[in-house]
Amino acid sequence: MDITITVTDGVPIYRQIINQVKYLVASGLLLPGEELPAIRTLALQLKVTPNTIVKAYGDLETLGVVHKRRGSGTFVSEGRPQLAIRERRRVIEQRIDALLAEAHQLNFTVDDILRMVRERKAAMAPTDAEPEEVEK
Amino acid sequence: MGQTVVEVNDLSRSFGSKRALDGVTFHTMAGQVYGLVGANGAGKTTLLKHLLGLLRAATGSVRVFGLDPVRDPVGVLGRVGYLSEERDLPEWMRIDELMAYTQAFHPTWDASYARELIDTFGLDPSKKIKELSKGMRAQAGLVTAVAHRPELLILDEPSSGLDAVVRRDILDAIVRTVTDDGRTVIFSSHLLDEVERMSDHVTLIHQGRVALSGVLDDVRGSYQRSRLHFVEHLVQPPVLETAMVIEGGGRTWSVVHSGSLEQFRRAVVARGGEIVESRNATLEEIFMARAGRSRQVEAA
Repeated sequence: MDITITVTDGVPIYRQIINQVKYLVASGLLLPGEELPAIRTLALQLKVTPNTIVKAYGDLETLGVVHKRRGSGTFVSEGRPQLAIRERRRVIEQRIDALLAEAHQLNFTVDDILRMVRERKAAMAPTDAEPEEVEK
Repeated sequence: MGQTVVEVNDLSRSFGSKRALDGVTFHTMAGQVYGLVGANGAGKTTLLKHLLGLLRAATGSVRVFGLDPVRDPVGVLGRVGYLSEERDLPEWMRIDELMAYTQAFHPTWDASYARELIDTFGLDPSKKIKELSKGMRAQAGLVTAVAHRPELLILDEPSSGLDAVVRRDILDAIVRTVTDDGRTVIFSSHLLDEVERMSDHVTLIHQGRVALSGVLDDVRGSYQRSRLHFVEHLVQPPVLETAMVIEGGGRTWSVVHSGSLEQFRRAVVARGGEIVESRNATLEEIFMARAGRSRQVEAA
């Protein structure tokens, strides 16, 4: 499982694992029914205390992202379209927040930005159809 | 959580006129990893030596598995694995002799595990200890510390002076010890990123006292680092109640602070500034704030 841990940005390690697993599920890199690495395996891979993995997997289970099967491992749960949409929104919203902050510093209004986004889109791919509206 | 493994209460110890430990209380529970940090000479090794019965408690009490390690060394040491900072191994022994020698002290010695580790590390069993490099010496010491599958593994500066490959072997041994039936690890280190990754609990020892101790995520969560921006150029660092370290100059300052962010924000605004960015502080920043030279101010 492709997870990267950093200790420089102040985010607790178990939270970094939760966020990245959610992202992997949301983006389809982890599929429903797929098994997550065993606690010891992931702890060895990431060089973190196994209890951090236990905590991250526990929270992911509470969130409904994964489930444990008795006597075997931890698996990605079936049918979480809501989560996928929420996660996709979250990723984009973070980018929008950063964009808005920068726009504010450079004296662009929100209307300016909306117009510029459309202009960029038109310049980039003039023949592309708009994707269907994302569920709100 | 499991059972109490180590119970140190109000332990003090002096060497001559130097106070090495001053009222130290330190408890550990089974199945957890404890990181011990602090500057050289802060008292980490002295504390660990008390756990092993190598030093007798002058005042205060030390219990390991409920036993006094000085009065009952056999009862304690048989269940403990220890890698000392000096890796003081018998120089004249070959690695296979060292294994046989260590095995004699430990009825629970797992010879196939020892062989597997020696194999993994690529150690030549017929080599003498005195012929080993620093890294190989640490690996050999590590095998003697873990092959009897100790309930408590104590590592004193295990990564000190080692390359990345051997450091990884040591971290792997910690993970394996904890995942195998909830054993306990106490390790001291000056590598804070290692402590941050490997510890469930962290204890900072500063000048013989416990300056900070707790669950790592709780400790991390109670300190923030914020970047501040002020309208006016400040010659002196701004006075902020909960600030522990203030660095910077002029209109831009960087602050490590404790307590509520909202309270801090109000204090900053009252001084004519704003918080540009705020995040949880890293262990390094927290420890510099608690044990370092505080209030470093750049020339503005």
